[in-house]
Amino acid sequence: MLYINCPHCGMRSQNEFSYGGDASVKRPEINKEVSDQEWDNFVYNRKSLRGKHLELWQHISGCRQWIKVERDTGTHEIFRTFKADEEVA
Amino acid sequence: MTQTFRIENGGFINKDKKLSFKFNGKTYFGYEGDTLASALLANGVHLIGRSFKYHRPRGFFGAGVDEPYAVVQLYRNGETEPNIKATEQELFEGLEAKSVNCWPSVNFDIGAINNFLKIFLPAGFYYKTFMWPKSFWYRIYEPFIRKAAGLGVASTKHDNERYEHKYEYCDLLIAGSGPSGLASAYAAAKNGARVILAEDKPRFGGSLLTSDVNIGNQSGKDWAEGIIAELKTMPNVVVKNRSQIFGYYDHNMLVMSEKVSDHLPSTKKYHPNKRLWYIRAKEVLISSGSIERPIVFGNNDTPGVMLSSAAKEYLKVYGVLVGRKPLVFTNNDSGYETAIEFKKHGVDPVVLDSRKNPESEIIDEAKSLRINIKYSYVVVAAQGYKKVKSADIASISEDKKQLGKIENIQCDCICVSGFWTPTIHLASQSGNKTKYKEEIDAFIPGQSKQNEITLGAANGVFSLDETLKTSFKVGSELSKKITKKNNEVAIPNVVEKKSSQHDKFWCVPLPKGKNYKRFLDFQNDVAVSDIEIALREGYRSIEHVKRYTTLGMATDQGKTSNLNGLQLVSEIENKVVPAVGHTTFRPPYTPVSIGAIVGREVGKHSKPTRKSPMHEWHEKNNAVFVDAGIWLRPRYYKKGNENLFEASKREAKNVRTNVGVCDVTTLGKIDIKGPDAAELLNRVYTNAWLKLPVGKARYGVMLREDGIVMDDGTTTRISENHYHMTTTTAQAANVLSHLEYYLQLVWHELNVNVVSTTEQWAGAAIAGPKSRDLLKKLFPNSDVSNEVLPFMGYMEGDLFGVKARIFRISFSGELAYEVNVESDYGNFMWEKIMEVGEEFNIQPYGTEALSTLRIEMGHVAGSELDGRTIPYDNALEGLVSKKKDFIGKRSLHRSAFIAEDRQRIVGVVPLDKQTSIPEGSHLVKDDKAPLPNPKLGHISASCWSVEYDNPFSLAILKDGKNMIGQKLFAMSPLKNKVIPVEIVSSHYVDPKGERVRS
Ligand SMILES: [Zn+2]
Repeated sequence: MLYINCPHCGMRSQNEFSYGGDASVKRPEINKEVSDQEWDNFVYNRKSLRGKHLELWQHISGCRQWIKVERDTGTHEIFRTFKADEEVA
Repeated sequence: MTQTFRIENGGFINKDKKLSFKFNGKTYFGYEGDTLASALLANGVHLIGRSFKYHRPRGFFGAGVDEPYAVVQLYRNGETEPNIKATEQELFEGLEAKSVNCWPSVNFDIGAINNFLKIFLPAGFYYKTFMWPKSFWYRIYEPFIRKAAGLGVASTKHDNERYEHKYEYCDLLIAGSGPSGLASAYAAAKNGARVILAEDKPRFGGSLLTSDVNIGNQSGKDWAEGIIAELKTMPNVVVKNRSQIFGYYDHNMLVMSEKVSDHLPSTKKYHPNKRLWYIRAKEVLISSGSIERPIVFGNNDTPGVMLSSAAKEYLKVYGVLVGRKPLVFTNNDSGYETAIEFKKHGVDPVVLDSRKNPESEIIDEAKSLRINIKYSYVVVAAQGYKKVKSADIASISEDKKQLGKIENIQCDCICVSGFWTPTIHLASQSGNKTKYKEEIDAFIPGQSKQNEITLGAANGVFSLDETLKTSFKVGSELSKKITKKNNEVAIPNVVEKKSSQHDKFWCVPLPKGKNYKRFLDFQNDVAVSDIEIALREGYRSIEHVKRYTTLGMATDQGKTSNLNGLQLVSEIENKVVPAVGHTTFRPPYTPVSIGAIVGREVGKHSKPTRKSPMHEWHEKNNAVFVDAGIWLRPRYYKKGNENLFEASKREAKNVRTNVGVCDVTTLGKIDIKGPDAAELLNRVYTNAWLKLPVGKARYGVMLREDGIVMDDGTTTRISENHYHMTTTTAQAANVLSHLEYYLQLVWHELNVNVVSTTEQWAGAAIAGPKSRDLLKKLFPNSDVSNEVLPFMGYMEGDLFGVKARIFRISFSGELAYEVNVESDYGNFMWEKIMEVGEEFNIQPYGTEALSTLRIEMGHVAGSELDGRTIPYDNALEGLVSKKKDFIGKRSLHRSAFIAEDRQRIVGVVPLDKQTSIPEGSHLVKDDKAPLPNPKLGHISASCWSVEYDNPFSLAILKDGKNMIGQKLFAMSPLKNKVIPVEIVSSHYVDPKGERVRS
């Protein structure tokens, strides 16, 4: 079971969180025209890579904040975590 | 029966407490502190079962977790548990156990015929034999294999034992209480670290219990007991015996199974049988020790052949002689410890040492005790069927290839020591890349992946002095980093007589003209010849060899067999062992009861149950409940002998003619506040929200980004920047997460807050033509006329002193209202509604009547919003704004979603107006068409229309728009029904929606 550092609450076990997918995906702006390809990339196309991955988790049984987690999908190592509005350098 | 093999003095058992137990129906006696194995051996019982494949007689091979043979079926309190190791099961008064793998009995076993047919049962036997014809599998092969070759039998009864889970955190988790575990725990505890020390056996001390060593001028055992006693007094330390750490998972999470009452005749009320600990440790010290490995020789599975360390343990810990004429066969000094222990108790052992002229203090001691030692000697084969009677022995050449003249010597047990295999399972599970250590012929942990360090014998270190020094140091340094304290602990001096050198020798060659079975895996009956066949047939990867031969795949997971198997493969393949590599260790290290894994989450406890504040009222009024997610909702209120159908029809009819009341507390409720609340709603829902006035409600549909309908419900503008959203019962949590996602991650610019208020409000839907009359009497101070409170209107009211929210919304399609009060007043509200409603013939209605009412109105619910439909499919396209953007809008352009013949909701009526259509039925054009019959759609919901008194269903049908009036067939292969139907509008009752506005 993963041990995730919620930037708001501290170290918490995985069972307090729910997974939310790739955090690098940006939703097209509201009211903006987008091509089919852009929209498909946003809704469907994911890399499913092995290695370092920035992903979303929600601390659903805690502070209810969505957070970003930098995790290795092969080893489960978690490198860093970020608040929802924190820019990832 | 007397315990003829019990020595008079010795053992750590309690001889004042005699216990009786039964094995295979026969009564025996043992003592408190015995295991089932030691008690049986004390009574001279060596035959305990039959082997898995050949049904050869099986005795005891080990004394603990590594035991491959002595697996029994246990009976306790009328319950039974399979696959219990007799070497681990502590004796209690009245214990009952039976052999497995023998039919009809352990002494006369029909399956033993396999032993004489063994030429037909080579490696891959199961794959090769039971392949063809397929039809034989279930009828003939499987029952045969199960009967003849199964292990224990699982109970079919409910498990009445209680199992608990516990979550724990610590600085250092230490697995194993041998010398390295004790030393490191002590040093860390002295520095104030939070320490958990776990020992799988009942007694702490590990190898110190049986080894002949001195630490700080005390015996190893006394030293261990002193340390444990002190640790137990320290508030920062938890010491647990009977507790096996069986799994090492990600991020230093380990799981431990504690046997709380396995050693007791029965479990005390409210005590668990086992407790599963989930432990998150900052640092993990693996001090799991090592397991002695066997030397392979002919008939090495005969009862009476056992590990030398096990023989020593039975003698030292339990005071039991495993034989009176022991033969010790060793390639290292450990065998001498066993021989000396026998000698001390007046039994004369013979030692065969494969080494030519070994030297050490312990060998000198053995010599001075005049123990008969034969150097460069080996056991060629054990003789005897149900018990060792003698051994064929011979001298062996220095290159271990040539045997001398074979002699036969009398013996009643053969104690084998092929040196030690570090127990690296936990380290390997943690992701540690293990490495081969040439000098001990075994793998040890290599580079750590997580925060784990392996100490002592588990790390391939067999010198006690070195183990203690390292362990004190590691315990002290790790804890110092955490607690910043540095309390020095004096390292005691150590006296150890044996050296840790061994002879690189693991398998005795076959003498010319003999083809003795030489077993590697004792539980799965895998012999040297099986591995040879597998390799000859082309299997190369050790993982494939394992699966083909089943080497190491039994319940002991090859604890005693893995390395010898590897040695054999490497020898035949002419590779070095590390190049062959070992198979992966996976949790659990030892079998874990399913009950312990499940814990208390059984039946209704598998999830919390949510009840509305009116639950008790429903119960008192004969409600029959149904699960709605984790809520319990009244399905119907039973009157007299009514069944579901009759009751729901009565309740629905009463709504259509008088007035009914339904508990809608379970609907999801979300409070939305902030200046941008309207903008959020406008983006979340498909319809327009910017112009909703205060005091008005609106129905809305929300989509996922892929255009599929996510949920629907009404949202009401309570005040300028304050909205009250309702969701369906099922989607409440998802919708909240959905809103939070967009607010926190996507649209930071929106100044809005959302919070769930589902539990804060109790809700009652009042529906029916008389509902306004009732409302007037409930709220005499409010004007609830159609003009002041029109359809989709909202007002606050005073319900006999309780503040209430009144929404004029309708799911039933009738004139209807929903009244909300704070949850604590829910029951008060409900009782008032029932009391005041009496004159209007009010009746409560449950979810079944609610469904009937919404279905015949063509209102969609979860069965239509099933994660596969878009607004058009549900006839909700009128709510989809063309002017503004919203979540999922871009996806609605997808070609499949705008296809001319897109699926759409329709009504379905059986032509005979009698036959109810099963939900899930497929709609087809031709009921006689060959399979697969093209499916045009499916029945999503069915009811008995109370308006027209005939069955009515909703369906999602291809090209539904153009199908009204068509005749189709509803087919349900599940219910074996074919029903001719007509397609009608989904708005079966009041298509213009006049009632809700009346
Ligand atoms: Zn948090």
